[in-house]
Amino acid sequence: MMWRVGTVVALQDETATARTITLKVPDWPGHIAGQHVDVRLTASDGYSAVRSYSIASAPNAEKRVELTVERLPNGEVSPYLTQELAVGDRLELRGPIGGWFVWRTQQTEPIQLIAGGSGIVPLMAMIRSRASTGSTAPFRLLYSVREPGAVFYRDDLLALSDCYNKVSLTYAYTRIPPKDWPRPPGRIDAALIADATWPSNLAPTCFVCGPTSFVEGATDLLIASGHGRDKIRTERFGPTGDRK
Amino acid sequence: MSSHTYDYLDGNAAAGELSAIFGMDVTIAESQCAHCGAIKRFAEAHVYMQAPGVVARCAVCQHVLLRLVKARQRAFLDLRGMTCLILDTSRFLESGR
Repeated sequence: MMWRVGTVVALQDETATARTITLKVPDWPGHIAGQHVDVRLTASDGYSAVRSYSIASAPNAEKRVELTVERLPNGEVSPYLTQELAVGDRLELRGPIGGWFVWRTQQTEPIQLIAGGSGIVPLMAMIRSRASTGSTAPFRLLYSVREPGAVFYRDDLLALSDCYNKVSLTYAYTRIPPKDWPRPPGRIDAALIADATWPSNLAPTCFVCGPTSFVEGATDLLIASGHGRDKIRTERFGPTGDRK
Repeated sequence: MSSHTYDYLDGNAAAGELSAIFGMDVTIAESQCAHCGAIKRFAEAHVYMQAPGVVARCAVCQHVLLRLVKARQRAFLDLRGMTCLILDTSRFLESGR
């Protein structure tokens, strides 16, 4: 699989630490919601670093690829991507990658999305893909996030959860909830799974994405509430992807 | 052995490097563990990226399935932890969708 070159055409801050990078990639072959790319940065001395980032945009005909990158403290790549990269710059990328953690528009069964923090990114591509193709597959999203200021895609999510054929959306705050929020801050638990996700008798396909500890916890809760392991697809990420 | 120190990712994280070698998507490939015999999608393997190379372990028994080290324009791929890797050859990359 070859490295492609994309040109940055837009930058948008999602939160104080996360930025969406829109790339135009002339030889982009198209992608499926849920896939990711590897991004390679090469220094003038030849040293290079590769990191994986999920694609946030729906498949589109404009060869446009959006990546949302969270800045990691002491990161080697993410500070550059979120603070220094400018419109007009070029980035090397490899992809689209992955055929397992994907939602195809032909799928009509109920879909349960569970995001932890920046794990929302590939799930947002699925939500956007559903909207752009007019799919009526029933979607629910449970989005666990530290505090309101850490929410990605707030306006898009609001619009897509407040329209005809909407996506049902539940936020779960782990540290600081909005004022008068009914649920005390905390991790996703069995009660929230029961209240805010499709019951297992509807046999939804579940996509869980987030840090490894989040994914393991959410997956265990889904299995305990009756979901089959074969209906749960997971993608784990973390700051350990230090590759050259 | 169960791991509670969540220092692993999963097969999706190694997919770029491995897809470059195999020329096709590996996340949907099925691998059979040489230790416990479990057949799982490679996406579900536990992958450790913080080593000098990439190590994939069976999600069921934690036995090492795959090791990949890249050095000086060479890739060293050790697959002895798998009895079989079943790839879907209808899904060659770059063949268009």
